[in-house]
Amino acid sequence: MTVTAPEETGTRAAKTDGPGAARGARPPGRIRRIGLPYLLLLPALLLEILVHLLPIVTGIFMSFKELSQFYLRDWGAAPWRGLDNYSVTVDFDAPIGAALLHSFAITCAFTVLSVGLCWLLGTTAAVYLQETFRGRGVLRALFLVPYALPVYAAVITWAFMFQRDNGLVNHVLHDQLGLTDSPTFWLIGDNSFVALLVVSVWKGWPFAFLIVMAGLQNIPRDMYEAAAIDGAGMWQQIRRITLPSLRPVNQVLVLVLFLWTFNDFNTPYVLFGKSAPESADLISIHIYQSSFATWDFGTGSAMSVLLLLFLLVVTGLYLLVTNRGRKTADV
Amino acid sequence: MRRIRAAAVGAATLSLVLAATSCGGGSSTGGGSNDSPKTLTYWATNQGASLEVDKKVLAPELKKFEKQTGIKVKLEVVPWADLLNRILAATTSGQGPDVLNIGNTWSASLQASGALLPWDEKTFDKIGGKDRFLASALASAGAEGKDPAAVPLYSMAYALYYNKKMFADAGIEKPPATWDELVATGKKLSKDGKWALGAEGSNLSNNIHQVFVLGQQHGADFFDAQGKPDFTSDGAVAAVKQYVDLMAKDKIVAPGNAEYAQNQSLSDFAKDKTAMVLWQTASATFKAQGMSEDEWGVAPAPVQSGTPGTGTSANSMVAGINMSVFKNTDNLDGSLKFVKFMTSDAEQKILNKTYGSIPPVKSAQSDAEFNRPDLKVIRDTLANSAAALPQVPNESQFETVVGTAVKNLFAAAAGGKAVTNESVKAELTKAQQQMPKK
Repeated sequence: MTVTAPEETGTRAAKTDGPGAARGARPPGRIRRIGLPYLLLLPALLLEILVHLLPIVTGIFMSFKELSQFYLRDWGAAPWRGLDNYSVTVDFDAPIGAALLHSFAITCAFTVLSVGLCWLLGTTAAVYLQETFRGRGVLRALFLVPYALPVYAAVITWAFMFQRDNGLVNHVLHDQLGLTDSPTFWLIGDNSFVALLVVSVWKGWPFAFLIVMAGLQNIPRDMYEAAAIDGAGMWQQIRRITLPSLRPVNQVLVLVLFLWTFNDFNTPYVLFGKSAPESADLISIHIYQSSFATWDFGTGSAMSVLLLLFLLVVTGLYLLVTNRGRKTADV
Repeated sequence: MRRIRAAAVGAATLSLVLAATSCGGGSSTGGGSNDSPKTLTYWATNQGASLEVDKKVLAPELKKFEKQTGIKVKLEVVPWADLLNRILAATTSGQGPDVLNIGNTWSASLQASGALLPWDEKTFDKIGGKDRFLASALASAGAEGKDPAAVPLYSMAYALYYNKKMFADAGIEKPPATWDELVATGKKLSKDGKWALGAEGSNLSNNIHQVFVLGQQHGADFFDAQGKPDFTSDGAVAAVKQYVDLMAKDKIVAPGNAEYAQNQSLSDFAKDKTAMVLWQTASATFKAQGMSEDEWGVAPAPVQSGTPGTGTSANSMVAGINMSVFKNTDNLDGSLKFVKFMTSDAEQKILNKTYGSIPPVKSAQSDAEFNRPDLKVIRDTLANSAAALPQVPNESQFETVVGTAVKNLFAAAAGGKAVTNESVKAELTKAQQQMPKK
C-alpha cells in the first residue's frame, strides 16, 4: 500500500492541470476508500497532534489541577482544583493576579513599541534599498546579520554590552560622549525596559526588512514612473503606491511580529535570568517563573491558557478586520 | 465512508495519546530495579572551572569504579542553571539518571517530589553507615524526622576572604570579626574607586545564603515550626536590611555589584578592586584568576558580636553538594555501590582536594591537605557555626522569591532609592504572597 501511493501521486501530479483533471486517475481499492489525500496528510496530522495539540490539551488539563512538587512524579494523581487556579490568576486585587496584570501591561506596551519600531525601521530600510547604488548588496547582507545570528549568542553579547561598569554601552554614552552624569544601570531597575526594547528591535527589524523588501519586488516599477510623470514626489509615491501595495504583506508581517514579540521568552531570559526586573517582566518569563521557579504548575498553566485565549482573540479580531477590507475590495 | 475516515483518525489519535501518556508522565511509580546491572547514568554538577574540567576530573575515577565493579558509568556534567529544571523534567517523565548530584539546599524540596531514593538505616549501612558523615552535612540532606533523600558529597562553608595588600595599604592589621568592625574597616577601604566588600546582588542563591545567615544572627528562620513561610518577622526584615545597607547606607559595596550574578565580585577581588568577599571555598577560583596564595587571607565570616558558634552566632550556611539515587533506577545495587565508591575515604580525599572543598566524611578529613589555613577556617565553621538552610519542601521557592526580593532591594539601593524597614518589609511581604499556600 505504501509503495503504490507515491506512484499514484506521481501519475496524478503529471496529469493534473486543474482540479477537474485529477478525477480521471483515482487510486483503486482501499486507498480510494480511505482517500489518498487524507492518507498523505496523515503523517503531518499525527505530528501536529503530537507536537501541538497534545501539549495544549495537557496544559489545559494541568490548569485545573493543584500541581506542585508533591505531585510531580505522578501528576495524574494531583488533586482537582476546578477553576481555582483561574480565579487566583484573575483576582487582580490579590498579589498573584496583580503581578500578572502588571506583567500583561508591560508586555502590551513592549509589544506595541517593539513591533512598531521593527516595522518602521524595516520598511524604511527596505524602501531606501530599492534604489540601486554601489554597495547595496553588502548593505542588504549586513542588515540581515541580526536575523541570522543565533539568538542566545546575540543576546548574551548584548547582556555584556549593557553591563554597568564594564559594558560597551556605558563606555560610549558616559565615558566617550559624556551624555550621562554617571554610568547607567541597564540590566536592573527601570532602564531594563529600554534595554529589552533595544535588543528586541535589533533582533526583529531585519525580519520586517526582509518581508517588506520581498513585497516591494512585486510592485511594478512603471507605477512609480507614471506617478513621477504626474508630478508625484517621493513621499507621495510612498503614501499612494508603496504603502497600499504593501498592505497584504504588512498584514501578515505585523501579525507574525506581534505573536513573536508578545511571546518572546529568549530575549528577557538570556538578558536578565529567571527573575526579570519589574519594569521588564514580560508575560512569558512571568509564567515561567510562576511555573518553574515557584513550582506552581497549575497556576502557571492557567496563566498560559488565558494567554493563549487572549492571543487567539486578538489574532481572530485582527484577521477579521484586515480581511474585511480585502473582501470588500474583491467584490 | 466519512465514518471510516473519522474512525481511522480517532484511532490514530487515541493510540498516540496512549503512547504519550504511557511513556510520559502521570504514572511513573516504579521503585527501582536491577534490570540493567552493567551501566549507570550519573549527572554531576559543575564544580570545576568548566564542564570540560569536571569531565577530566571525574573520568579517571569512573574508570576506577568500572575496573572494580564492571559497571560502566555514563557521565553527564550539568550546568547549575539547568540542573533543577532537568531534575524536574526527569521526575515528571520518570526517565532520569540513576545517580545524580543536587545542591544540598534543594534536598527537602526534591524529597517532597518523591523522585529520590530515601536513605534509611539499612541503605546507609550499605555505604558504611550514617555515622561516617558530618552531622551538619547530614542535616542538609532532607527534611527533619524523615529518612534523608541524599548523601553529602562535597561540603563548603562561607568565610571572609581579604586582600592582604589592600589591607596593608589602608593600614589595617587584622580582618574584621564583627559586622561593626567590617563596616568600620570597610569605610577605610572604600575610596579612590576601590571598594571594601563584594556582593552578587542579582544572584538569587547567593542572596539567600547571606540573608539566611544574618537571619540566624537576628533570631529569624524564614520558616516557622510548621514549615510555613515567615518572611516578614522583625528578625528577617533586620537581616535583609543589614545586608542591603552594606551598599545603601554603609556604602562599602560598589553600586555596580547590584547587577552581579556571574561571580564578577571574585574577579574584582583578584584585580585589587574589592578588598573582601564573603564566599565559600574560593581558593581554586582565585588561583584561576591569577592570584597567588600569599596574596589573600581568610577569616571566619563576621557575627554581630563575640565569636562564631551555634544559634545567633552562626556565620555560615551549610553549603555543599549531595548525591542522590533516582528512585526509578534500573540499577539499584549498582547505584548504591557507586555512592559507596564516591563517598569512600580515598575518593573523598581525591575529589575534595581537586575541588577545594571539605569532605563531609569525617575520616577523610584527616588528610593534611584539609589542614591548610583557609580550609581549616571552613572546616571549623562547618563543625561549629554553620546552620543548615530550612529543610522544608518549599525551600526551592523560598530561594527564588526572597532571592528576588533582595535583588530588587539592591537594584533600588544602586539606583539611589532609600532602603527602609518599610520598603524591605514590603518586598518580603510580596515574596511571601508568592509562596504556594500549601
